[in-house]
Amino acid sequence: MTTATLNPAVAGDAEARLGLRANVRHIGALARRNLLQIKKDPESMFDALLMPIIFTLLFTFVFGGAMFGKGNQQEYVNYLIPGLMAMMGMNIAMAVGTGVNEDFKKGVMDRFRSMPISRSSVLIGKIVVEIGRMMVAVAILLTMGFILGFEVKTSVPELLAAIGLALVFGAALMWIFILLGLSLNSPQAVQGMAMLVLMPLQFGSSIFAPTSSMPGWLEGFTKYNPLSNLADAARLLTQGDMPSNLVQHSLGTSVLWTLLWAFAITAVTAPLAIRKFRSKT
Amino acid sequence: MTRTNHYPDKPAGGGNAVEVRGLVKHYGETKALDGVDLDVKEGTVLGVLGPNGAGKTTLVRCLSTLLVPDAGSAFVAGYDVVKQPRAIRRTIGLTGQYASVDEKLSGFENLYMIGRLLDLSRKDARRRADELLERFSLTEAAKKAAMEYSGGMRRRLDLAASMIGHPAVLYLDEPTTGLDPRTRNEVWDEVQRMVREERVTVLLTTQYMEEAEQLAGELTVIDRGRVVAGGKVDELKAKVGGRTLQIRPVATADLHPMAGAIAEAGLDGVSGARVDEATGRVLVPILSDEQLSGVVSVLGARGFTIAGIDTKLPSLDEVFLAITGQKMSDSVPEQADEKKLEEVAA
Repeated sequence: MTTATLNPAVAGDAEARLGLRANVRHIGALARRNLLQIKKDPESMFDALLMPIIFTLLFTFVFGGAMFGKGNQQEYVNYLIPGLMAMMGMNIAMAVGTGVNEDFKKGVMDRFRSMPISRSSVLIGKIVVEIGRMMVAVAILLTMGFILGFEVKTSVPELLAAIGLALVFGAALMWIFILLGLSLNSPQAVQGMAMLVLMPLQFGSSIFAPTSSMPGWLEGFTKYNPLSNLADAARLLTQGDMPSNLVQHSLGTSVLWTLLWAFAITAVTAPLAIRKFRSKT
Repeated sequence: MTRTNHYPDKPAGGGNAVEVRGLVKHYGETKALDGVDLDVKEGTVLGVLGPNGAGKTTLVRCLSTLLVPDAGSAFVAGYDVVKQPRAIRRTIGLTGQYASVDEKLSGFENLYMIGRLLDLSRKDARRRADELLERFSLTEAAKKAAMEYSGGMRRRLDLAASMIGHPAVLYLDEPTTGLDPRTRNEVWDEVQRMVREERVTVLLTTQYMEEAEQLAGELTVIDRGRVVAGGKVDELKAKVGGRTLQIRPVATADLHPMAGAIAEAGLDGVSGARVDEATGRVLVPILSDEQLSGVVSVLGARGFTIAGIDTKLPSLDEVFLAITGQKMSDSVPEQADEKKLEEVAA
């Protein structure tokens, strides 16, 4: 063939692995695809937009008084908002599972997998966009929180650290949901299974209420529930100090546990998900 | 126009673009591919013909690195499908039975995305997308979401998507299944044009005889994971048996007397002359050219005036029936069956 070879990736060995730059470009193109999908189907953003509003209102006004005493709403808002930060990550991450599952029902995945791109870039492109959706959800959550009187008693860098921690943990959770999305047959099954994982973790945690009133076995469970660890870390990062009956660990321990969980979840589920993705027919 | 060459060390020509030897893929007890051999010569179109569940889609999936075969070997453009999957992916284009584009994205957005994934610069990706939209008559629908496209437009978009990287080898897996006859013709025209203008080698699977006849120079007939026949389309038809001699008399009144005269003549091996009133012809199955001359001289000797004579090769449906002893069915799309099998296997 006489035409000049302009593709640097192919110039040498056709079997050569892709360079980092090519991978980043592919992830960019695939992330753009996911963004365009959201643009075409704005309803798919409802979870990120509405959930933070509904949950802050619901919990503050329905449970706030009961838990912290009438008139102590302010105190509950300061307790709840960091907890909900942990929850947002989990709920948004869930959507990635159904998305991956739906993709496989269509021919477009065959096209991606028969193209000279790294197969994980399809998944990473999705994760990038989901992290963006999480940021939107957290921004709305904080806006709602500030309207209801949420205070950051520390400083901006610490607030950002709390947000960052929530995003890191949310990204780790996504691998679980991607694995579910690749393993189960229908988007409905993925949704159902995700709820099954989500509900006990969510309510068996310190997200909504302090754990000191729970029975001993449950309190023990919440202590090592990563959502509690993340909620506590976000509380201590934004509130500085908390009464010892409201948090279960010190700041350092909470952050450490959260990161350990995020690392462990990714280390176990990401390779499984990528392998499943590669071998899926 | 800058060309992205995904096929730098393409052989000088004349060789086989695809070489498959003893390819096996089993799903549990089901032998989707049970030792398939086939070659596609560079620059030609090979039709892989078979009924539902014959293994056509499994074959394409193995050749496009979506499935790893259990045994046997397959080379595409000289690359091993098992050992050099990345090189294969740089060489091929794939158009599946179900349009493999993102339905939510517009035609342009789909093609642009694929251009970027094939490492074109933003500018080149845009230009190539526009060029292909124009080429496949989709410019007007460029901004519409693919889900709003008609069946034919989707297949055209799918073909365009497969052509972005100038593939050396293109797989068309049942490209017209589920399309109405008019749209089918439209897709055939596009495929023919692509083969002519882009010098691309095509492996086409189909369960339509007519499609194979239209597009393919050579045919491989597969059934239950095995190759049951192969060769040039005409050779294959001739192999199955004779031709049918179609004789048109000047006067319709001569139809029955002519058929009677042929029967009475008792020519060696010629029997079963019958009249087709609808087309005004006498049809005579024959096996050799001698028989043809014999029939004609009998009619001449009896003083019949003939307006025209044609010989017709048997249709591919008849060919298939003769080779496999089984009728072709085209009611259920094949991939649906194979997908199910794959899920069971997984």
